[in-house]
Amino acid sequence: MSFWEKIGSFDRRYIFALIALTVIVPLLLPIGMPITTTNEVKGVYDYIDALPPGSAILVALDYDPAALAELYPMSIAILKHAYTKKIKVIGMTLWMTGASLGDVVMREAAQGIAEVDKDYTYLGFVPSSAAAIMRMGQDISSVFNVDYSGKPISQIPLMKGIKNYKDISLIVDLAAGSTPEAWIVYAGTPHRVPIAIGVTAVSAVGYYPFLNAKQIIGLIGGMKGAAEYEKMIQSRGTASAGMDSQSMTHIAIILLIIIANVSYFVVRRKNKKVIES
Amino acid sequence: MSEIIGIWIAAGLTLCVFSFLYKDNPFYRFAEHLYVGVSVGYTIAQTWYQTIVKLVWYPINQKGDFTVLIPTVIGLLMFSRFVPKYRWLIRWPLAFMIGVSAGASIPRGMQSLIFKQMEATLQPFNSINVFIIVLGLLCTLIYFYFSTEHKGAVGVASKVGIFFLMVSFGAAFGYTVMARISLLIGRAYFLFHDWLHIVK
Repeated sequence: MSFWEKIGSFDRRYIFALIALTVIVPLLLPIGMPITTTNEVKGVYDYIDALPPGSAILVALDYDPAALAELYPMSIAILKHAYTKKIKVIGMTLWMTGASLGDVVMREAAQGIAEVDKDYTYLGFVPSSAAAIMRMGQDISSVFNVDYSGKPISQIPLMKGIKNYKDISLIVDLAAGSTPEAWIVYAGTPHRVPIAIGVTAVSAVGYYPFLNAKQIIGLIGGMKGAAEYEKMIQSRGTASAGMDSQSMTHIAIILLIIIANVSYFVVRRKNKKVIES
Repeated sequence: MSEIIGIWIAAGLTLCVFSFLYKDNPFYRFAEHLYVGVSVGYTIAQTWYQTIVKLVWYPINQKGDFTVLIPTVIGLLMFSRFVPKYRWLIRWPLAFMIGVSAGASIPRGMQSLIFKQMEATLQPFNSINVFIIVLGLLCTLIYFYFSTEHKGAVGVASKVGIFFLMVSFGAAFGYTVMARISLLIGRAYFLFHDWLHIVK
C-alpha cells in the first residue's frame, strides 16, 4: 500500500492530535503573527470613535456561554472603547440564557473606567425579540421599566433624556443567533438608527449582504474580528492571544485538505488503471 | 474560593468532553448527561423567573396591574392541546400570534430584506464589484429556475450560477472552520490561562 493509499485509512485521532498541537503550542509560545484590520471592523471602530462624548449607544449582548470564545473578547473591546470615549452604554439581551452573562460582561469591561448608572446600565433580558425591538422604538421604558438589578430606570441618571431610538446614536448587536436581522428589520430600517453587528464566524458570511446594502455600518466576525478591534483600541485581549493558534490551525487544515485531495486523485487514477488492464 | 472550585469543575468537565476524541467513555457520557440536565434546568429556571415572575407576578403584586392576565390567559390556552375536549381552544393563541407576527413582520421584512437588498443590487456599473454581484445574482437565480431546460445560454448561465454558489459554500465553510477552531482555542486558553496559569 502506497503512502497516498494509506492516507485514506488514516486514524483520524492523528488529525485531532495535530490540531491540538497547532492550537496549544502557539498559545504557550506566541509567534506574534500580524493581525491585519479590515474595512468592515474598522467601520464599527471609526463610527464609535467619532461619536461625541455623552452620546448613547445600545449594546445588545445576544449570546450565551456557548459563544463566549468569540463574542466575549468582542464585547469587552467594544465596551472598553465606548467607556474610554465617555459614551453612555445601555446594555440588554434578547437571549434568556445570556441574561446573567450580560451583566458579568458589562461589569468586567467597566472595571476602573466606568461607573454603573452614570456611564453604563444593564437592563437585562426581554422576551419576544421582534415585539420588544418595535416597542423600544416608541419608548424604551415601556419594555424595561427596571434594570437587571430591579432599579426603576426613571431613577437611573444615565437614562435621563433617553426615551427611544431617536436618542440612541448606534445599536451594536453582539449575537450568536439571528437577532441582528431582527434589529435591522425592526429598528434599523424603520427608525433609521445606525446598526453595527458582531457575530460568531459561522454566521458572519450571512450578514455581508446587509453590509453591502449599507444596512449596517460594520461587521465584526468571530475571533479574528475581535482581535482586529483589540488591535485598534490597543488592548491585547483573549482574541489577540488566540490568533497565532488560529493561523497555525488554518495552515494545518489547508495542508490536510490538499493532501487528502491529492490522495483521492492518485488512488482514483490507480484504480482506473487497474480496471482498464 | 468559589471561583477556584468553579474553574476546577469547568476544567474537569472540559477534559471529560475532550476525552471523546480518543474514544467514547464513561467520563464523556457523564459530562454529556450533566450538560443536558443543567442546560434544561437553567433554561426552565430562567424562563420561570424572566417571564412568569418578572412579567406577570411583579406587575400584579407590586403595581396591582391585572391587565397582564389577558396575555397570560391567551398564552395558557396553548396548553389546551393536552386536554382533548378543549383542544380547539389552541386556535385562539395561534390566531393571535400568527396575525400579529405576520402583520408586524411582512411590511418591515419586505422593506428591509427585499427592497433594500434590491436597491443595493440595482446600482450603476461603476465598479467591478457591482458587476460581479449582478452577474452572480442573475446566474444563481437562473440556476434555480426550473421551468426551462438548462441548455444553451440558460445552461451556461446556470453553470456560472453553480460557480457562484460553490464560492458561497466555500466562504461559509471557511468561516465555519474558523468558528469551530475559535471554540477550541477558547477552551485551550481557559485550561492554560485560567486553570493552569501557564499562559499569561
